[in-house]
Amino acid sequence: MAERAGIMRASVGIDYARYETGVLAFDYERMLADTGYDIAAAQAVQRETAVGDTPLVELHNITALVRRLASPGKGARIFVKDEAANPSGSFKDRRASLSVHEARRRGYPGVAAATSGNYGAAVASQAAKAGLRCIVVQEAFDSRGVAQPEIEEKTRACEAYGAEVIRLSVGPELFYVFLMVLRETGYFNASLYTPYSVLGIETLGHELAVQTKERTGRFPDVVIATHAGGGNVTGTARGLRKAGATDTQVIAASVDLAGLHMASDHDFNRKSFTTGHTGFSMPFTTWPDRADVPRNAARPLRYLDRFVTVTQGEVFYATQVLAELEGLERGPAGNTSLAAAFAIARELDEAQVVVVQETEYTGAGKHPIAQLNLARRMGIEVARGDPRDSRPGERILIPTHPAQIRVVDVDLDRVRRSYLRHALEGLAPGTRPGEADVRFLAEETRSSEDFVAEVIHEQAGTTG
Amino acid sequence: MTELTPKGTWVEIYRVILPAGERAPQVPEDTAGVPLVMRVKGWLAAPAAPGAEAEIVTPAGRRLRGTLVAVNPAYTHGFGPPIPELSGVGPEVRAILGGEAGDE
Repeated sequence: MAERAGIMRASVGIDYARYETGVLAFDYERMLADTGYDIAAAQAVQRETAVGDTPLVELHNITALVRRLASPGKGARIFVKDEAANPSGSFKDRRASLSVHEARRRGYPGVAAATSGNYGAAVASQAAKAGLRCIVVQEAFDSRGVAQPEIEEKTRACEAYGAEVIRLSVGPELFYVFLMVLRETGYFNASLYTPYSVLGIETLGHELAVQTKERTGRFPDVVIATHAGGGNVTGTARGLRKAGATDTQVIAASVDLAGLHMASDHDFNRKSFTTGHTGFSMPFTTWPDRADVPRNAARPLRYLDRFVTVTQGEVFYATQVLAELEGLERGPAGNTSLAAAFAIARELDEAQVVVVQETEYTGAGKHPIAQLNLARRMGIEVARGDPRDSRPGERILIPTHPAQIRVVDVDLDRVRRSYLRHALEGLAPGTRPGEADVRFLAEETRSSEDFVAEVIHEQAGTTG
Repeated sequence: MTELTPKGTWVEIYRVILPAGERAPQVPEDTAGVPLVMRVKGWLAAPAAPGAEAEIVTPAGRRLRGTLVAVNPAYTHGFGPPIPELSGVGPEVRAILGGEAGDE
C-alpha cells in the first residue's frame, strides 16, 4: 500500500511529517495544540450538539456495599460519570464531535470510520446532525455468519442515524477496505486516533474534576477509565490536568482476554466483550502507532499511574449490581472500570473519592444476557464461582460474593520495556536514536532518560 | 422463473473481498482458511432476483454490486432468556447490605 500515506494525509488533513523532531521523536504537544482546540473551544463545539455536561452520580448503595467488605475506616465514595446521557449513548460522542465539526468546516463531503463499537454510532449521529454523509466499516461476524450481538446493535444504531454500514467478516484486512473507501469517497477519516478524537475527551476529564470538586470539596483521588485503544485514558488524564487535578491517580482498567487471538475467526465470538479488553489495550499501550493514522494522538503510557485487569464475569456482576442497587441499567463494556472500582475503593479511606469515568447505553444485543447466551451457544461454560478460576474463551465465572472482585495489576515496567523494544525495532537500518529521541522515549514511557538508555543498551546487546 | 425484487427495495448484498488463501500474511491459520466477506445494505438500483448479482445505492449514495442475499433484512439481535447465574446477584447484595440499601 504505497498510497497509504497519501490517502491518510488527504483524509485527516494533518501533515504528520512536520512534527518529526528525531528518528523516533515527534512533537506530540504541538501536534495537538495546532488543532486549535483547548477545553473551552471543544466544549463550545460539543454543546452545539448536546454532547457532554453529563451527570456525575454518587453510587451511595455500592459505596455502602464496598464498606461492608472493607476494614474499618476504609471504602472510598464511588461516583460514576453517566456518559450514557450523551446523544448516541456513550462518551464516544465527545470523540466524534470534533472530527465531524472539522470535516464540515473544511468542506469534506462525508466522514468515515473503521469501528465496530459505540464510536460508529457516535460518528453517525454527529454526521446526521451536521448534514454529512457517513460510512462505518465494522468487523461484524465470523465465517459462519454469526454476528457478535453487540456489534449487531451497533449496525442497527448506525443505520438508524442514516449511515452506510460495511459489515466484514473477521480479519485485519478491514483496514485495507477502509482505505479503499477513503480513496473512493474523499471522506474525512474520523479515526479514533487523530488529535480531534483525543482532544474531544479532554472535556470529560475536565468536567468530572470540576463536578467532583463542587460535590465533595476535593478533586477525585482516583479516576478509573476503561482502557482499550488508549484515547479514553489519554484524553481523560489530560483533561484532569487542565482542570488542576494534578494529584489525581489515573487507573486504566481492561477486561482480561488473554489467550484469545484478536484476528482469529474461531475466537471472534468467544469474546463476551468487544472493547475495553486487553486484546486492544495491551498492543495499543505497548505500541500506539499501530493505528490507522501515522501518529496516534492516544498515548496512554504517558498518563497511566496504574493499569489493572478484571475478568468478564466480574464486569457482568458489577453491571447487575449497578442496575439493582443504583437503578442504572448500563453497559456492559463501559462497566469494566466500575468492576475495578469495587476492589480499588475498598483499599482507600472513607474520605477519599473514586470516580468511574463512564457509563454507556445498554439494550438488545448489548447486554450481559445477550452476551452470556451467545457464550453458552459457543460452548463456553457460564457458572457462579471465584473469578480467578475463569479462563477467557472457556469459562466465565460470575462471583458468588462481591469480596471476590479483585484487580490484577499489569506490570507497567514490563509494558514500558515492551514499548521501547517496539520503538527501537521500528528504526530504519543504520539509524540510532539521538538525544531528542531518548528524551522523547522517556516522556512516552513516563520513565527517565537513564531507563531508556538502559533498555537501548540491552536491546543493542541482544541484536548486535 | 424467480420473481424480481423491485427497484428501491431495501436489501443486503454480499461480496467476497479476499478468497481463502489470499488473506493478509499476518492472520492466524483459521482466519487464513476462510474468505474475507462483506455485507452492505442499500436500496436496489434496478430490479434483481434474490441470489443473483445486484446493484444497490447505499445510504451514503454509493453504488455497490454484489449478490442479493436478503430482502428487507431483519435485525435479529435481542436478549434471549434471562441468565440464572446473574438473577441471584441483586438479592445477594441486598442481603449483605442488611436490607438497608441507601443507608451509609
